Amino acid sequence: MRFTHKTTKDTLTLSLTGELDHHGAAATRKAMDAVILEQQPKKVVLELKDVHFCDSSGLGLLMGRYKTALTVGAVLTVKEPSPPVARIMKLAGLDKLIKTERSVEV
Amino acid sequence: MSAVKERKKAAKAVESFTLTLAAKSSNEGFARTIAAAFAARLDPTVEELADIKTAVSEAVTNCVVHAYKNSRGKGEIRIKGQIFDDGRVVFEIKDKGCGMEDVEKCLQPLYTGDPEGERSGMGFTVMESFCDKLKVRSKPEKGTTVVLTKRLGGNV
Repeated sequence: MRFTHKTTKDTLTLSLTGELDHHGAAATRKAMDAVILEQQPKKVVLELKDVHFCDSSGLGLLMGRYKTALTVGAVLTVKEPSPPVARIMKLAGLDKLIKTERSVEV
Repeated sequence: MSAVKERKKAAKAVESFTLTLAAKSSNEGFARTIAAAFAARLDPTVEELADIKTAVSEAVTNCVVHAYKNSRGKGEIRIKGQIFDDGRVVFEIKDKGCGMEDVEKCLQPLYTGDPEGERSGMGFTVMESFCDKLKVRSKPEKGTTVVLTKRLGGNV
């Protein structure tokens, strides 16, 4: 699990690549929080098109970053979730809490 | 009248493997990849393979996060896989960790035994949703066995 970040105006975009499981989440969660807390954006976008595996530990990571974003007063959205991410978010009802952006509606 | 009763033929295991892993988070990806490679013999769909990977990942993660939480990095996970001639694949994930006092409670969606650890509490719910059958046996201080069964479209 790797991530890159870029900032444009008030938006911080974190792009995740790899497998979002317990092992990957534990390794990246602190670094992601550090970027959010340092940049204090108004909007945090998690780009998840290149996440080719996601289990309930991945859900935990999404929920955790949602909370971190709230602590700096930012709104978190998910952009282009891959099929495994979209499926598990739907199962947990997380798609009702976190707004999802897609360039093509499905 | 015939004395011969029509008996339902019991399904027979035609393939099997057993794998013992150290209970480390770095083995979670390895375990689910092995499970998927094993199930691939039944010619599953991409979605069925994703279901198996996710369910096995949840069971193995539970061993790492919960079963051996007080074992200072020590502990083993045994995974047994079987393919039956009726098209079912069965994975048994077994640990000798702390076990569960109340299995029913742990199976509830959103319940977590590790509230500090940023857990979603959805592990067993995912296993239940992505498989056809989930069986959990557990004894405090003895360990836990999770049995995941999934019927795949094709046959052996």
